Amino acid sequence: MQIIFDKVNYIYSGGTAFARHAIKDISFSINKGEFIGLIGHTGSGKSTLIQHMNGLIKATNGHIYFNGQDIYEKNYDLRKLRSKVGLVFQYPEHQLFETTVFKDVVFGPTNLGLDKLECELRAYEALKMVGIGDDLLDASPFELSGGQKRRVAIAGVLAMKPEVLILDEPTAGLDPRGRDDILEKIAELHRDSGLTIILVTHSMEDIANYADRLFVMNRGELVMQDTAKVVFSHYKELEQMHLAAPQVTYVMNVLKDKGYRVNTDATTIDEAKEEILKLLQY
Amino acid sequence: MIRDITIGQYYPSDSILHRLDPRVKLIGTFLFIVSLFLFDSLYGYIAVAVFLVTIIKLSKVPFRFIAKGMKAIVVLMLFMAFFNLFFTPGNTIFQIWIIKITDNGLRQAIFMGIRLIFLILGSSLMTFTTTPNQLTDGLEKIMKPLNRIKVPVHEISMMMSIALRFIPILLEETDKIMKAQMARGADFESGGVLKRAKSLIPLLVPLFVSAFRRANDLAMAMEARCYRGGDGRTKMKPLRYQNRDYLAYTCVLAYFAIVIALGILENRLF
Ligand SMILES: Nc1ncnc2c1ncn2[C@@H]1O[C@H](COP(=O)(O)OP(=O)(O)O)[C@@H](O)[C@H]1O
Ligand SMILES: [Mg+2]
Repeated sequence: MQIIFDKVNYIYSGGTAFARHAIKDISFSINKGEFIGLIGHTGSGKSTLIQHMNGLIKATNGHIYFNGQDIYEKNYDLRKLRSKVGLVFQYPEHQLFETTVFKDVVFGPTNLGLDKLECELRAYEALKMVGIGDDLLDASPFELSGGQKRRVAIAGVLAMKPEVLILDEPTAGLDPRGRDDILEKIAELHRDSGLTIILVTHSMEDIANYADRLFVMNRGELVMQDTAKVVFSHYKELEQMHLAAPQVTYVMNVLKDKGYRVNTDATTIDEAKEEILKLLQY
Repeated sequence: MIRDITIGQYYPSDSILHRLDPRVKLIGTFLFIVSLFLFDSLYGYIAVAVFLVTIIKLSKVPFRFIAKGMKAIVVLMLFMAFFNLFFTPGNTIFQIWIIKITDNGLRQAIFMGIRLIFLILGSSLMTFTTTPNQLTDGLEKIMKPLNRIKVPVHEISMMMSIALRFIPILLEETDKIMKAQMARGADFESGGVLKRAKSLIPLLVPLFVSAFRRANDLAMAMEARCYRGGDGRTKMKPLRYQNRDYLAYTCVLAYFAIVIALGILENRLF
């Protein structure tokens, strides 16, 4: 097991009138190479949770283990952890600062203390991975489109060659085309490089196709951790958490209620199509 | 980290002080500050202390929260005490080598220190109980007469409220960008002066970009809602004095009169 959380709590501004218990008694474990979808309504504590994974926030209490080591141990190297666990913040394009796209992506590996050639090689590779062409390498990051900026920012983290890639709502504010592009790229990374992926979103549709397991957060608590099929079968409870199962789950359930013998497990449009076709043939 | 500074912050609560008209609090604070310089006797200090304690109790702001803010000015206070203690002429009561402490120096150090504490407590109590928006509203209304001599009162107060509004936003943004760059291995803490200054570039560039973007968005949003300055502009919640405000004025004036009376008496008596 790569990442283990053991009863982790975090309280913002603890001990003051503004104290806010953002995550409560979170326990889970994530295996190497898994694709996890972290879902929850706005304010449910998703962003707070993931910032624990690379030590940017220190838990008020509880333990976190990465590759078997307690990250709160005295001499644990947090900077090394941050290179292993890449975290792409929400609206990562707001962190771009260099004069060219290429220089910005080189920033991460340079901080790791690698030699110049290696840094540039990694930056080049990372930009390739996210689909930024050679013609944009010398452009100013501020001139790019929203989707391009975001891909450059993701490359900035990828260039550090992390073992785990965490993305906080990577599709927020993008048009449908840009959204599909990014999700497709992430799935590709998972497939080809065997990265562990943790994808934060509040849209079920985004995640149903890709994730091995879904973690559902509600008011700071981790209320479900299971496969998409199991999670979506609780669609009534999800609604109470201001979340919605994918459209197809609703379609299948309505069909079933009308007396058709369909399997309501279908989570993607393709699976639903198969089910309905099966129904029509017999 | 940056959030630990409590001076100038608003502390949400529902005390009578929070509900007072901001004009009362502004004028009251002004009178309070003036009053601190009108006396020089023990009775005066007692009167002020009683008044302050009453107000703090009324404000429902926990003393711990207030005290936390005072920590930030400890250095300033020590500095002042130091100068008063060693550089005030008077009768020497203690001397080592060329360093001497005089009776006046000791007196000055103690009493100036107390006055400074009073001053900061009083004025931070105003910001604890008044939102920045209320404050600028109150200021605008008080300064309204200056409009006649062509002072752009509305514009000034609008700029003030926008600036105040932006402070927490920019702090939050700083926090976020810092974390984002730390996630890319940035190190803001170690190294010499030059290295540290250089390490701020990845923080400052995005911060400026974001500040300008926000300013731009805000201007656009104001324009879209037909903002065109203060002329003929009405308010959703116009400031109107209530009975409690008149009562508060009376209390403040009574306090002021007492302090002045004490000041005069002490001149007569001593
Ligand atoms: N920097 C902060 N200071 C204080 N409270 C915060 C801060 N960041 C988040 N919170 C609070 O913690 C809770 C969880 O927030 P967050 O983790 O951002 O949720 P999500 O990412 O799921 O929208 C929210 O109630 C939010 O108001
Ligand atoms: Mg979030």
